[in-house]
Amino acid sequence: MNHEPLLLATPSGDVLNLRPEGPWTAANVVTLETLSRSVGADVDRSRAVTLDMSGVSALDTLGAWVLEKLSRRAASSGRSAEFVGVADHFTGLLDEVRQVNRHTPAPAAAPNPVLARLGDLGKSTVGAREDITIFLQMLGALFMAIIGVLRRPRSLRLTSLVYQLYRIGWQAIPIVALITFLIGAIIAQQGFFHFRRFGAESYTVDMVGILVLRELGVLIVAIMVAGRSGSAYTAELGSMKMREEIDALSTMGLDPVDVLILPRVAALVIALPILTFIGSIAALYGGGLVAQFYGDMGPAIYIARLHEAISVTHFEVGILKAPFMALVIGIVACSEGLRVKGSAESLGRQTTTSVVKSIFLVIVLDGLFAVFFASIGM
Amino acid sequence: MDALQDQFAIRVRDLVVGFGRQTVLDHLSLDVRRGEILGLVGASGGGKSVLMRTIIGLIPRRSGTIEVMGQPTGGHGRGAATIWGILFQQGALFSSLTVRQNVQFPLRENLVLSQELMDEIAIAKLEMVGLRAQDADKYPSELSGGMTKRVALARALALDPPILFLDEPTSGLDPIAAGDFDALIKTLQKTLGLTVFMVTHDLASLTTVCDRVAALADGKIVAIGPMRELLQSEHPWVRAYFHGKRSQMLQHEMR
Repeated sequence: MNHEPLLLATPSGDVLNLRPEGPWTAANVVTLETLSRSVGADVDRSRAVTLDMSGVSALDTLGAWVLEKLSRRAASSGRSAEFVGVADHFTGLLDEVRQVNRHTPAPAAAPNPVLARLGDLGKSTVGAREDITIFLQMLGALFMAIIGVLRRPRSLRLTSLVYQLYRIGWQAIPIVALITFLIGAIIAQQGFFHFRRFGAESYTVDMVGILVLRELGVLIVAIMVAGRSGSAYTAELGSMKMREEIDALSTMGLDPVDVLILPRVAALVIALPILTFIGSIAALYGGGLVAQFYGDMGPAIYIARLHEAISVTHFEVGILKAPFMALVIGIVACSEGLRVKGSAESLGRQTTTSVVKSIFLVIVLDGLFAVFFASIGM
Repeated sequence: MDALQDQFAIRVRDLVVGFGRQTVLDHLSLDVRRGEILGLVGASGGGKSVLMRTIIGLIPRRSGTIEVMGQPTGGHGRGAATIWGILFQQGALFSSLTVRQNVQFPLRENLVLSQELMDEIAIAKLEMVGLRAQDADKYPSELSGGMTKRVALARALALDPPILFLDEPTSGLDPIAAGDFDALIKTLQKTLGLTVFMVTHDLASLTTVCDRVAALADGKIVAIGPMRELLQSEHPWVRAYFHGKRSQMLQHEMR
């Protein structure tokens, strides 16, 4: 028994006899494709084709299709093609394969590239408008939910709020403290290294204090929370949407905004200022350690310099920004979660969008605040 | 021994599977003959899916042997798609790939073949399971439940595996669609000479398409045979299953 498939072509007069032999199965697909290509020209030249199937030891859909394609190639130009000697257990398969690939849909015409570009531009413009609408809708819905809670304080989901606070506030403390500690230390080290050249080392403390309290503390923490908790919100709400849990809530007469979104956003708004405070302290501590071990500046001097350099205003500027950033992160994360469609891919896409968009908005918001605080002289 | 190997597609001997303290399958033995459609019934949570998933190697076993096509399982690895095709309950289509790419996936991973032939084979498979070539560029999220099952079946059959595992193939389908699906499985089984291992609760599928039915209760196969024999079984659980109110009603209607 031969274990390699063969295709013997014997012309007799105008008729071409094709005799496939051996296993015509998917495992030998490379040989099968070569074989069928090699007889293609012969098939085109002959007037009629017979396929003698008696030598085939095994046949599957792929093998049957390759043979059927040969017979169709012959039949396409009005010549005759027939299968002979088909074993009983292959008949069904060959008959089945004869039915398929009869209606190939016309491939879609390639669109004009210029028009396609214009179309994309239009779509993204509409998309951007839609994004803003969704953001404002969510803001409005949250506002209404807050009014509802103010009117009936008992309707606040306290358990859920506390649980979210635990997850995004308490559990985030170690990583937030670690990262801001390192950032504070790195800034102080850079300050000492570069300021030393013109003898302005002591101003490093001013730089660390002002930078951390006004900008870096809140920004770093907001970005970390967006990555850590914003993505979690989007993924959670997204998979709840996928499993119709949100629809189930609505049909029970509960507003998903009240039940799911308000506690989450509220937890963020409460937790982010606290995390910012903790983060800023950790950064100042990191700066202090570097001052002692790298800048030869004892803790007493560091604290005294800090006391001169920073004021409550700097602290206020930083901490005032935190709740607004939290609101932006929460709204973006929740509305992206609700936009998840049925597929796993969409969940991933929406989570990415949520993180990218909320980090972008946090930085834009920080810029706007900088302009605002400058103009009111804070 | 060779005769035995030729006769059975799947041989399970003394299989024990459990999670933690709980034993789900307790010294279970089961033979699936080549070219038959075997239906597996059992209580919800009684280990039907566990048995199927253990045979295909998704759940580790504590003891016992499983032979598939005469080979002990465990060493299949990459080539598994050429030995069996699996239709998961929810279809388990890759949501980031189109229908065509889903069907081509096993071909692409296991064989070297031209894109043209791959496209033709994918369309051929889709048409064999009763879909149209126009559906090939849709994504799984755009498909109805019945279509999802058909695409999943086309993907399971992409490499013409000799064994097909079906996990509740007709659940979630309306009776007409379920009937069509049963007929489709029967036709494909005949044309491709498949061995089909089907986990199901659908009494209609059990009576119409299954050559034999195995009943799983208390972690063991308590009865196996053609539907007629199972209906006469004396085992209390099997009696309750087939002679309960719902079943009686259905069987009465069918007569």
